[in-house]
Amino acid sequence: MKARALLSRVGSPETLRGILIQLIAILMAFAVGAVVLLVTGYNPIDAYAAMLRGAFGDVFRVGQTLTQATPIIFTALAFLFSFKSGLFNIGAEGQFLAGAFASALVGISFQNLPAPLHVLLALVAGAVAGGLWGLIPAVLKTRFGAHEVITTMMLSYVALYLTSYMVNYPFKAPGWVSQTVMIAESARLPRLLQGAQLSASIFIALALVALTRFILNRTILGYEIRATGLNPSAAENAGIDVKRGMILALVVSGAIAGLGGSGEIMGVHRRFIDGFSPGYGWDGLAVALVGGLSPVGALLAAILFGALRSGGMIMTRATGVPLDIVFLLQALVILFVAAPALIRAILKKGGLRW
Amino acid sequence: MAPAVEMRGITKTFPGVTANDDIDFTVEKGEIHGLLGENGAGKTVLMSVLYGLYRPDAGETYIDGERAEIESPAAAMSLGIGMVHQHFMLVPSLTVAENVVLGREPAKNGLIDEGEMLERVRASCTKYRLDVDVEAPIHTLSVGVQQKVEILKALHRGADILILDEPTAVLTPQEAEDLFRAVRSLRDQGKTVIFISHKLREVLSICDRITVLKRGKVVGTVAASETDMGELAEMMVGRRVVYSFEKAEVAPGEAVLSVEGLEALDDRGVPTLRGVDLEVRGSEILGLAGVEGNGQTELVEALMGLREAKAGRVSLCSTDITRASSYERIRAGVSHIPEDRHKRGFIPDFTVTENLILGSHREARFTRRGFVIDYEAAASHSQALVEDYSIATPGVGTHAGNLSGGNQQKVIVAREFDRDPRLVIAAQPTRGLDVGATEYVRKKLLEMRDGGSAVLLVSADLDEIWALSDRIAVIYEGRIVAVREPAETDETELGLLMTGGRRG
Ligand SMILES: Nc1ncnc2c1ncn2[C@@H]1O[C@H](COP(=O)(O)OP(=O)(O)O)[C@@H](O)[C@H]1O
Ligand SMILES: [Mg+2]
Repeated sequence: MKARALLSRVGSPETLRGILIQLIAILMAFAVGAVVLLVTGYNPIDAYAAMLRGAFGDVFRVGQTLTQATPIIFTALAFLFSFKSGLFNIGAEGQFLAGAFASALVGISFQNLPAPLHVLLALVAGAVAGGLWGLIPAVLKTRFGAHEVITTMMLSYVALYLTSYMVNYPFKAPGWVSQTVMIAESARLPRLLQGAQLSASIFIALALVALTRFILNRTILGYEIRATGLNPSAAENAGIDVKRGMILALVVSGAIAGLGGSGEIMGVHRRFIDGFSPGYGWDGLAVALVGGLSPVGALLAAILFGALRSGGMIMTRATGVPLDIVFLLQALVILFVAAPALIRAILKKGGLRW
Repeated sequence: MAPAVEMRGITKTFPGVTANDDIDFTVEKGEIHGLLGENGAGKTVLMSVLYGLYRPDAGETYIDGERAEIESPAAAMSLGIGMVHQHFMLVPSLTVAENVVLGREPAKNGLIDEGEMLERVRASCTKYRLDVDVEAPIHTLSVGVQQKVEILKALHRGADILILDEPTAVLTPQEAEDLFRAVRSLRDQGKTVIFISHKLREVLSICDRITVLKRGKVVGTVAASETDMGELAEMMVGRRVVYSFEKAEVAPGEAVLSVEGLEALDDRGVPTLRGVDLEVRGSEILGLAGVEGNGQTELVEALMGLREAKAGRVSLCSTDITRASSYERIRAGVSHIPEDRHKRGFIPDFTVTENLILGSHREARFTRRGFVIDYEAAASHSQALVEDYSIATPGVGTHAGNLSGGNQQKVIVAREFDRDPRLVIAAQPTRGLDVGATEYVRKKLLEMRDGGSAVLLVSADLDEIWALSDRIAVIYEGRIVAVREPAETDETELGLLMTGGRRG
């Protein structure tokens, strides 16, 4: 009884059941992964132990995990924010790149600015560029009814090739590599650990987790966005400006993804390198789903994915297990997490009770 | 002769609910048997047991006197049992004929034999006197015709016992009449029909015998010829139900809503409101009668600012609101009970609290510092409303989608009436509600009127219009063709006006 009262303060029964489902799915993924390890002749316990050490073994390893997690916290937040308004922004990759490039541009364009101002300027540029990349599909949607899944995806490719062109021609640094010159010292986000890449970008990510949670669950704007996403006709009937909500949600979503790009440039790479993103935008979608489409869930899921990657490298080195097992685990987690939602959606469509 | 269906001692429980409690249920061959009960009484569950969708915890079923273990719908079909669900299960993109034969298509050389298929389905149409265009794709058909297709599908597969689950819930009065004719003709051909409903009038008019369920138990079985609405209502609800309301004499006040020459298009761009003139005064219920599809939906949407007015003028207490947004209209004191509560009325995945502030969520009493919602204030407000309006819910934090239909409607009514509106637009406010909830909503509408609000009541249910209205307006093809005092008209005249028969 007491435990239940305590639990009910954490969340409604629906949320708690959701969390339980996600956890079971993750455990199942690791169980299947263990079976695969076994049949391919590896000791799953050794492998997982190595992975755990690799992900959280010491401060440096934790730092590596968080470094991997940081960009996908942004893109996951971006996906879920627009999703709450009923829009599938699958173009976080493009918004991320747009933000990254804008920050790089500001970073290389000024040399004598005071550091705080320069950092702020570069971040704002990233957010604005990402937001703009979200505004275009929002306008296409509300004005002309173009589906955002198509337009956001198309714009991702536009961003990809446009930035690639920029760093291959107008802004290419001397040398063989397709990249810009280094951004000014004053535009760099501080690194947090000796010899590691973890930067202050993680603090921006954490602040955004708290902020999106606050906006969605506490503010009038969040209430209207959620109402719009869950039942636009009812929202409209209640005097909510549905189009405005959708535009706003996509712009904010793009700005969040854009800031993620800024963080990578200003904290990790310190220049825009062609192809520096291995697909953080796309990962964000999966991470948001695994996190149950809540900001805190997204944070935890991003850390899980980060841990798989940083731990995976150590596991490979220590036990010889191929790195592919990490991608298998990632895929399994997504599959098991997405599957129950999928099954429930199908049952609901079929008019069956569950 | 053995009965067509005999169910003995059927019990079926779900976690926390006994949906069927030791039910005995007998249906004779060749009768239309009504299964009557409020929402949640257990009608659908009992029939799902008969149709093999659920296994009962206890009890036996006999078909034509023989013990039957019905483990699946396929088994039920092979015993000659067919069921038409509340929600249709047709494939929208396929044609009528394709849906009817789905799963058992006549084949030739591994391909569907189109000619054979059409011929067989047409033969069934003729045989059962169900008149449908077998080559039309389902999505082009009205709900009424789709339902006929469902019935045709069941019969085509050899059903002798046909279960219809709340078939009229989705139909207009005209379509319902059509359905009744078809059902009677099936009975005359020797089919057995089980007709589920919670509407007394239609059960009385179409059924031979009626079994009443209440909270999972059988209250009794009566012959339709030996009972009346009063008795059935009492069996169903367990107490006497008021059918006519004592209306207080209240003098109507000033005009609250004035509509002049209002024109608007429907979703396809067809002019549907073609110059509506209307006035609703304070302390008055104006009933808007009409056959559905004559512009009622568009009128309500135009009044709420959800549909653009192409011409004309709408004013509220002499202020022009023709161009006002929905938000401004709500602020100005317009409340709306939408005709489709699932579409426009509430948000199933929102909590009861979140639903109860929908539309008022920007008001100072629910906000802090102008941009944060005060969820504590909202929760205590909704706690009070839940008590005032006796909304049955485990708590204000429950998702509203988990509530029964009647309680969902109460949530909407509570929210809209609590705003102290100057104008209430109530569209089909009791559609799909059981007797108890219907009575409740009607009483509340009268309370609003007595309190000085103007009420525009749009209803396809003439009984409802009669029971509540101070004046009755008739809408036909997008115009108001007559306004009458209830005392100076009758059903015949209204019927004529509604079908364009005569212009007042
Ligand atoms: N699959 C189910 N799981 C849990 N409860 C159910 C299920 N189906 C029906 N019920 C419950 O059983 C009761 C009877 O439901 P039902 O037969 O659908 O009522 P009705 O008479 O309106 O058709 C209700 O309380 C309903 O909530
Ligand atoms: Mg039912």
